[in-house]
Amino acid sequence: MPPDNTAQVIAPTALTDHYLPAAGGYDEMRTPEGEVRPHWRHLLDALRALGPAGIEERWREAARLIRDNGVTYNVYGDPQGMSRPWDLDLIPLLIRSDDWAVLERGLSQRAELLNLILIDLYGPRELIGKGLIPTDLINAYAGYLLPCHGVRVAGDRPLVHYAADLTRAPDGSWRVIGDRTQSPSGAGYALENRVVLSRVMPSLFRDSHVHRLAGFFRSMRRTLTRLAPRRAEHARVAVLTPGPSNEAYFEHAYLANYLGYTLVQGADLSVRDGALWLRTLGRLERIDAVLRRVDDSWCDPLELREDSLLGVPGLVQAARAGSVTMANALGSGVLEHPGLTAFLPDLCQALLGEELLLPGVPTWWCGDPARLDFVLDNLSALVIKRTDGRIQIGAETDSAGLARLAREIRADPRRFVAQEFVMPSTSPVLIGSRMEPRPTVLRTFLVSEEDGYAVLPGGLSRVALSKDTPMVSNQLGGLGKDTWVLASEPELQETLIAGGDYLAPAVVRESEVSSRVADNLFWIGRYAERAEGLVRLLRITIFKLSERASFSPRGETACYVRSLLEALTRQTLTFPGFVGEGAEERLSDPVPEMLSLISDPARLGGLPQTLQALGQAAWSVRDRLSADTWRVVNDIELRLRTLTKQPPSELAEALDELDPLITSLVAFSALTHENMTHNEGWHFLEAGRRVERGANLATLLGTTLVPVTSDTEETLVVEAVLGVTDSLITYRRRYQGGTRIGALLDLVYQDESNPRALAYQLIKLGQLVEEMPRAELRSGRTPAEKLALKALTDVRLAEIDLMVQPDEECRRRQALETVLDGVAGDLAAISDALTALYFQHEEQPHSLLSRRKGGAA
Amino acid sequence: LRFRIRHVTRYVYEEPVSLCHSVAHLKPRSRPGQSLLSAQVRVDPFPAVSREHTDFFGNRVSYFSIQQSHTSLEVVANSEVDVEPLALPDFAASPAWELVVERLRDARDPATLDARIFAVPSPFVPPMPAATDYARPSFPPGRPVLEAVAELMGRIFRELEYDPHFTTVATPLAEVLQHRKGVCQDFAHLGLACLRGLGLAARYVSGYLETLPPPGQPKLQGADASHAWFSLYVPGLGWVDFDPTNDQVPREQHVTVAVGRDYQDVTPLRGVFYGGGEHELEVEVDVDRLEASPAG
Repeated sequence: MPPDNTAQVIAPTALTDHYLPAAGGYDEMRTPEGEVRPHWRHLLDALRALGPAGIEERWREAARLIRDNGVTYNVYGDPQGMSRPWDLDLIPLLIRSDDWAVLERGLSQRAELLNLILIDLYGPRELIGKGLIPTDLINAYAGYLLPCHGVRVAGDRPLVHYAADLTRAPDGSWRVIGDRTQSPSGAGYALENRVVLSRVMPSLFRDSHVHRLAGFFRSMRRTLTRLAPRRAEHARVAVLTPGPSNEAYFEHAYLANYLGYTLVQGADLSVRDGALWLRTLGRLERIDAVLRRVDDSWCDPLELREDSLLGVPGLVQAARAGSVTMANALGSGVLEHPGLTAFLPDLCQALLGEELLLPGVPTWWCGDPARLDFVLDNLSALVIKRTDGRIQIGAETDSAGLARLAREIRADPRRFVAQEFVMPSTSPVLIGSRMEPRPTVLRTFLVSEEDGYAVLPGGLSRVALSKDTPMVSNQLGGLGKDTWVLASEPELQETLIAGGDYLAPAVVRESEVSSRVADNLFWIGRYAERAEGLVRLLRITIFKLSERASFSPRGETACYVRSLLEALTRQTLTFPGFVGEGAEERLSDPVPEMLSLISDPARLGGLPQTLQALGQAAWSVRDRLSADTWRVVNDIELRLRTLTKQPPSELAEALDELDPLITSLVAFSALTHENMTHNEGWHFLEAGRRVERGANLATLLGTTLVPVTSDTEETLVVEAVLGVTDSLITYRRRYQGGTRIGALLDLVYQDESNPRALAYQLIKLGQLVEEMPRAELRSGRTPAEKLALKALTDVRLAEIDLMVQPDEECRRRQALETVLDGVAGDLAAISDALTALYFQHEEQPHSLLSRRKGGAA
Repeated sequence: LRFRIRHVTRYVYEEPVSLCHSVAHLKPRSRPGQSLLSAQVRVDPFPAVSREHTDFFGNRVSYFSIQQSHTSLEVVANSEVDVEPLALPDFAASPAWELVVERLRDARDPATLDARIFAVPSPFVPPMPAATDYARPSFPPGRPVLEAVAELMGRIFRELEYDPHFTTVATPLAEVLQHRKGVCQDFAHLGLACLRGLGLAARYVSGYLETLPPPGQPKLQGADASHAWFSLYVPGLGWVDFDPTNDQVPREQHVTVAVGRDYQDVTPLRGVFYGGGEHELEVEVDVDRLEASPAG
């Protein structure tokens, strides 16, 4: 929501001048009489004090924080949506403490009730026997998973956590418009919104006495530890995510980090000995509890959806055996049946002996013949929900559509539910520097405790962007809002430590590295180095080209530029380029080819693709990168976007983009080196970097130094190579005379203390692979260790004097070429060896099904 | 009659399998008219984990996992059952089918309530108006339900061709009806779709059928097969089986293993394995009649 008319000076009252909520609905800030509700006054004063310029500044700051954190919300079906920032409104939803207390009681009761229903449906089914829930409603619902029937659940808490979507009736009373029970998402976003908003508006936040969120997450940790089969400090919990392409992957990573749990995908896990294990490099780590973000039916291809690749074969059996706690229990999606809400008032009386405190939306399940006629008669005024999740709004459907819908309902009424049309209550949103009312839905979160449920004091408020959108959903994008529950009494103590509490880290135990994570880290190392090497080579090449404006490839002095261009093609493997067919033509005008390497996102091996690959690999291990590192990744992605969205039309322009990019890439490399614990994962990242840098060097030296040229040319070549390898200063300081190529090779080939030299890469690589984990206590060296040792020895034993000698006949330094080719081959072999040893994810599980059918005629 | 049943399933893999999880419905359940004397499931290689539980429908389910590298898997189920023919209700005297639909809908007694899960669509038997239309001619108003279903069974037997090459486990039921071809599973599923579409409760039965060699010839080893048919629930009368593959009301040559909403609930053997590449499958079933002997 960028301010659209910021230059305009706005009078202090203008903030709310146009704030006119629709009549008949409830507005959070304004009473029907047009008064501002008292608990909003402080916020309005603060915003007025800030003024339009101040508001814009805060907004920019929030946008920056969000971008830096990489809060993304992947909108389905949007190819550009992979890294779309989650927009956050600057205005929190304010809720009075006494108001909240009422809501809290209602929510706890509802969670308790749903938990009891869940236990019954997967156990005795007495509620069905007593007619409190219609038989067919449950029996015909795809979310009712028969294989999960009879699975005993730890602590009788199948509903470990729960989320409810709420809005207000015109009289201000809350009502539930949706229950999220299988893997309630959004608590991570709520936390993130809070962190951002409290940093952007520190004094407003401090003075508003806002209830803190951290306690809720501590509760969640306690509960999962308590419910895990092996209690106390031995219990290991994992967050199961569908993977980086899931719309809420950020949240999964964020929550896993915050709670100190390992983020895993189905393929990282396997069931053995009746228990669940995380496959780490060469070891298995027992997992006791799973906070899952994978929907019920996708969790186990053995007993649930056979075609699922997101789950773990045998997981249902592991749960049945009681060796793993699922949060929530598999099958809990049955509570998301939209028709169930119609039966909750009676169920509440029967199970808890209480009135249902929080009403839902008036609902009719069409499977009940008495309701079916009413629904069919009032179709145009109702919202029709199918049990597969699709929603149709009667008022927005034409008469032909309504007739079609009626036919479908009659054909199988059990699969349809009708609800009264609900206009959500509204809350203020900043549009430009004015406030406007927008439909708002509040998602609240609960987690079970020893007795009862704890409610997150706050939540994720979501706002429809347009005024008239009646539905607010995650899948439609929209705007996020922080939710502030205002303490009734200012707590002096708390104001002093404002902002500190929820930031306190949970106890973080370092999690083991799965082979998938190790694989991604290795490639992060490779891509980061590949990008850096490419940018360096591009820069030097552009410098050299512009120094020689009248460049002609056939001229004597042009050879060194030519060899740089060839190095570009070889290093990026973008043949034919400056090497293969049509090379002469491209060499005579190298600019288009170079610009294509710099900014064409479709060019395989080009800079954009390399940066893209780096971003994707980093995103896949989002939970392993520190906040600062992630900020740099975001920087790099921004630059990538600039490069591809506004591609430079000439080299000088491209240079302006490449310079800051190199700084970001160097920062990335420094951060991974300095800010990452040198644990197993780091070893793979670093090894990737060394392999790539070594291979790039071998290519560069081979392309530039193997052909023999004139003395003048040679000076220029040496200079260029020193430029690319960032070793110019050392070179000048160290070598006063002597063979230039010999000195260069001494420095960038054999010098074991120069971080840009080939020998240095091999020494480091040797150390890294030696420290990598071993599957068994194997004596002797792994293939990767042997290769690293061999390559290093070859480099050490090479005679520089011999290598610089040209072979008179073909005017090439063949000895040098042979040695460099050898090292390049060894480095490729090391990469393969690591892949074979560590990254061979166990093959995808297959289904074992009788392909032949039986049958006795 | 006493039967000894041997059901062998053998998988041979192209490449080693490192880990395999399986779920089997191979131990026959007891039911009125059938009592189980013994049942074992043997797995080779020896499974690291082997468990048994009772599923939602009361079937005995074996779970096992093999954690050592293997290139073949053999599952042998041996069981002995006594089957005695139940007295069949008088079909002509059974209640009108509409009355059965009504009683099913309104009943409150536990047995009928439990049967209601077999009246709604299931994964392999989706709602199919074409099947309901197909069934209609056998269900004129007021016709006794068992008579109507028996006629439907006969029509499926006569109007559909038994063709083991036409369908696979994954062939949708709509294609079976359209092409009028299939095997016992398909015929059972079609029967279910017909009856459920009319509002009746019907379940899938997985089991075995004793086959007898032509007179004078010895019975061949492994010549039998696993079989499937359907069963109708009539409030008050209970479950009545119908075998549309043979146009027969099962009496004493049918052995029930498991019941469910459809094939998916009672697949004899399903599994997920890591590695393995391509695999070959062999199934052998023997249903041998034992000399009648006093119980024990």
